[in-house]
Amino acid sequence: MAFLEQSQRILLPANRAYVALTFVLALLFNLLPWRDVTWLPDMVALVLTFWCVHQPRKIGIGIAWFLGLIMDAGNGALLGQHALAYAVLAFAAIGLHRRILWFSLWRQATHVLVLLLACQLLMLGARLIAGGVFPGFAYFGGSLIAAALWPTATFLLLLPQRRPESVDQNRPI
Amino acid sequence: MDYQPPPFFSRGPAPLVRLVFFASLAVLVMVLDARFRYAESLRQVVALLVYPLQRTALVPVELLSAAAEFFTTQVALKRENDELKTRRLQDANELLILEALRAENKQLRRLLDARERLSVDSTLAEILYQGRDPFSRKVVIDKGGHQGIQAGQAVIDDIGVIGQVTRVHPLLSEVTLITDKEQRTPVQVVRNGLRAVIFGGGDRGTLDLSYMAANADVQADDVLVTSGIDGTYPAGLPVAKVSRIERDAAYSFARITCIPTAGTDQHRQVLVLSQEAGLPAPSGEAESRASGLPKQKRARKRE
Repeated sequence: MAFLEQSQRILLPANRAYVALTFVLALLFNLLPWRDVTWLPDMVALVLTFWCVHQPRKIGIGIAWFLGLIMDAGNGALLGQHALAYAVLAFAAIGLHRRILWFSLWRQATHVLVLLLACQLLMLGARLIAGGVFPGFAYFGGSLIAAALWPTATFLLLLPQRRPESVDQNRPI
Repeated sequence: MDYQPPPFFSRGPAPLVRLVFFASLAVLVMVLDARFRYAESLRQVVALLVYPLQRTALVPVELLSAAAEFFTTQVALKRENDELKTRRLQDANELLILEALRAENKQLRRLLDARERLSVDSTLAEILYQGRDPFSRKVVIDKGGHQGIQAGQAVIDDIGVIGQVTRVHPLLSEVTLITDKEQRTPVQVVRNGLRAVIFGGGDRGTLDLSYMAANADVQADDVLVTSGIDGTYPAGLPVAKVSRIERDAAYSFARITCIPTAGTDQHRQVLVLSQEAGLPAPSGEAESRASGLPKQKRARKRE
């Protein structure tokens, strides 16, 4: 533990209902009637990455795949495009979760940026093969914004798991 | 002796196996959706699950617009009322002329023994939101299969064609705008009756009049209307206006760019036109030929 860049607090176990609620809120954000905003951060991808990194035993590739299917049907996109990208994203995040948690929040965000960009590239490739239009480079701006939101997201999503800070001299930890 | 971990450490299949399984499932669904259109029932089921979420996501926007409406000042309302009154007076004249013309047209058509053009039924719908898929240009309207919307129907606003219903859910439907890259609309030049097919320009919000010979009689500012020969769009609806023509001797086709007449990104209320059932039924000869084919095959099999 001495190699961690920052000291870490001991957290309460994650509540499944809370995890589900964060996914529903992220879906709601993504389904808001945004007009022509191509640089929209994909909140579902961000929350999915977060839970895959922090709770890899609770959130897996199957859940990611189903979330992707919901995004596809809700967006009227090619069915399976988000499903594929989210499955790969969940796999990469679960594979990297020990490494990512080693770093400070902003360095974690750079890892997340790479993961999200790879996810978008996959979707772009799938759509271009299926005969879509290249939406312009602003499309990748969404990943930048989402990665910049990583420290805030970490703070908010871990909020219910933090213990109340009470100083107890007799408690060893 | 092979080593087996105790069952309480078992975590199911390895992540890579799961990834391969789900990725191939996703690719399968994608291919089925893009190439064969077999995934529609799966999409319907998932869309029905998402529908409450979609409606909830619309609530904040509706609240905002309702609040904005509430705070509209009386002055603005008064001004709008005055404007509308003047407009009505101006239009009344036109309407009278229109009535006269309609009667005259009816009589002329009867004289020509032409098929009377049926007045097309239409459904008023409201655009809920623009599709969030950045790779295509679609809008979602608030009428679906339960209100009698069918895939293939034309959608217009008060100035012209905006697109075509391409996917129908029970309570919503998706309209592909004429500016989508995959959308084609049969049109006719008003000035000389030249027929053509117009293609969506994709992300630029323009349209391309493709496969027109380099010397085709098309000029800038020509108005293009639906030709109606496909039986999907009623004839004579304004579609676009020619904005730029590039005639390059190196290519056999001219590059003609058009601007859509209708506000494809502006309005909220649209009309969905039900399909004209006015196409002549295939003649008896064609039918017998069509039904004759399988018979011949069967006969050959018997031999």
